[in-house]
Amino acid sequence: MPERVDLYWLVPPPDDFSRTVRSLLACGEALGPRLRELANHALDANQLVKLAKVVAQARAGNRSLAPLTPLRLGLVSNSTYDLIIPALVASALRYGIALEVIAASYDQALQEALNPQSVLAREKPDMVLVAIDIHGLPMAASPGDRAAAEDCVKTAVDYLTTIREGLAANTGAVMMLQTVARLPESSFGSFDLRLPGTDRWLADRFNRGLADSLTDADLLLDVAAIAEIVGLDRWHDPVQRNIAKLPFAQEMVPLYADHFARILGALRGKSRRCLILDLDNTLWGGIIGDDGLEGIVIGQGDPTGEAHLSLQRGAMGLHDRGIVLAVSSKNNDDVARSPFREHPDMMLREENFAAFQANWTDKASNISTIAESLSLGLDSFVFIDDNPAERLQVRRALPQVAVPELPDDPAFYVRTLLAGGYFEAIAFSGDDRKRAAAYQGNARRLSLKAQARDMKSYLESLDMTISFSPFDAAGRARIAQLISKSNQFNLTTRRYSESEVAQLQTSEDHFTLQVRLTDTFGDNGMISVVICRKRGTEWEFDTWLMSCRVLGRGVEEAVLQEIIREAMAGGAASLIGRYIPTDRNAMVAEHYGKLGFTLVEVLPDGVSIWRLPLDGGTREPVPMKIQRGS
Amino acid sequence: MQNDEILAKLTPIFRDVFDVDDIVLTLDMKADDVAEWDSLTHVRLVASIEKQFGVRFSAAEMDTLRDVGDLVTLLGKKAD
Repeated sequence: MPERVDLYWLVPPPDDFSRTVRSLLACGEALGPRLRELANHALDANQLVKLAKVVAQARAGNRSLAPLTPLRLGLVSNSTYDLIIPALVASALRYGIALEVIAASYDQALQEALNPQSVLAREKPDMVLVAIDIHGLPMAASPGDRAAAEDCVKTAVDYLTTIREGLAANTGAVMMLQTVARLPESSFGSFDLRLPGTDRWLADRFNRGLADSLTDADLLLDVAAIAEIVGLDRWHDPVQRNIAKLPFAQEMVPLYADHFARILGALRGKSRRCLILDLDNTLWGGIIGDDGLEGIVIGQGDPTGEAHLSLQRGAMGLHDRGIVLAVSSKNNDDVARSPFREHPDMMLREENFAAFQANWTDKASNISTIAESLSLGLDSFVFIDDNPAERLQVRRALPQVAVPELPDDPAFYVRTLLAGGYFEAIAFSGDDRKRAAAYQGNARRLSLKAQARDMKSYLESLDMTISFSPFDAAGRARIAQLISKSNQFNLTTRRYSESEVAQLQTSEDHFTLQVRLTDTFGDNGMISVVICRKRGTEWEFDTWLMSCRVLGRGVEEAVLQEIIREAMAGGAASLIGRYIPTDRNAMVAEHYGKLGFTLVEVLPDGVSIWRLPLDGGTREPVPMKIQRGS
Repeated sequence: MQNDEILAKLTPIFRDVFDVDDIVLTLDMKADDVAEWDSLTHVRLVASIEKQFGVRFSAAEMDTLRDVGDLVTLLGKKAD
């Protein structure tokens, strides 16, 4: 299972991360964008140190870090932050901020705060982080003594208020305070929570009191919540604390630093504002175009349906706090809208979306169009999709868009989306709530403005291998399944049973092809099936179907080229295509036309006939390796 | 685990923590031999080793470490 402490919603760093980072200063490129791009990976503590080193060197060498926003942070703490500071600097890059840290002397918070000649008072940072953990608070257990306990909490909150107000007065900086992670050690057990003066009681009261003591101008880093989420046993490492006075376990550093940096991002207006959702296998289980309204899984009573419903619930929660929602799905518009209109178990409805892009164009183009029509920058968007190839395409074409990595199990989708902290807020007002209303309502279908560039390099990066073989016993069950199930990318929607498939396998009058595809994400399995009927010098496509998952990757062209090759070897002079329209397969109406076939005729029932002469003309090379089985 | 196995597993960790690609570990190597090896980096080093090897060191154990050889011996003992 993915681990939150490893920042699993981010992409793992490239293998040559260290070398790349080390060579950053030497290459003449602009540092800011490269640093931000490299920071946007799931980095461990050592990798964060390396990035921070570059920032320090760049600063020492007076190199520009534009377009990163500079921010000077003062730090007071009762524990060792030297190991954490580089992680803060590197994580801030992820949010577009070039952080510089000025640390006050260790364990001198109050002195630093009250002394107008202190380091921080002289340096005038933009922000001060008061990082005091539970060991740094003037709190001692007094189990059973309510008056003493309440007094103790008040003293501790007042202590931080004095520090906060003193620092604010002497530095003019924005103040960031922290809640404290309580210790995992319990003295009375469950009774700790009820008995005034126990460690647990004190920590809980202190955190509440601290949060309530802040003014609107102050910021709060809820360390107690982070520690609770990962577990107090893991958060507090007694060995590391005893040896080096670390405030929490070293393995927590990347997560802590990211949570800190999110708040910087939010303060600088860099939090995300719009969530774009994929539909099939993201918002519901199954493929609406193939499985139909009755076939998709959503809602209670089914574990997979519950999983997708929780994502809808999460998206609805974001919508209700003012995050704009939009759809980008490879689908026909009316088919994609049908669950929102007709499925009783859907939580999200069309009116919750500001834009609704269901078409067959690549997702990056659709996201660009949504951004333009909503007048939001691309860096305002989060895009969530179960398909790793779609995620890669969007990341490559639109690096400003946040695209969380999703675990395979949909039960973890909503947790992953929210763990990423894309929508971090430092305030909430009535205006926020109204903002979504200003955008929402019409689920507009936008006409595409432009096609994403750089498709070629994206396709190359997929490292695809396509493999062709005729029907065989091993593939028979899957072939029959695809023939009986595929509705969308299916030119004739002819259904054959498994025994009919077996007959086709040995038929002299037919050419059969099963197509598999692997890519950098793994094996996609069988993704296309073709049956051609040989009629003299004409080969006619009896069946051509494909999984929509691999749409837009040049697979159709590769399959056609394979058939041309076989047909010419078999003495054919032309290929005949036939499109039989159904209520599901409108997406392939122009399939043959796009591949260079000429329209021969359209029959009264809408069936169209297409022809491609086999004249040996050259065709575009396909972006994949080709393998052939016997 | 044999000493050379442990050294082979330690090498990439040292290179990663100290950000020096050509560190070659020897049993008699001490902190003084590596410019980047200060007390803070040592904490990162230990944490990284603990994670990679799936072991924990006590403060007392860490106190006994004089050179890489001691570390290898300790890791060998922990592995058995």
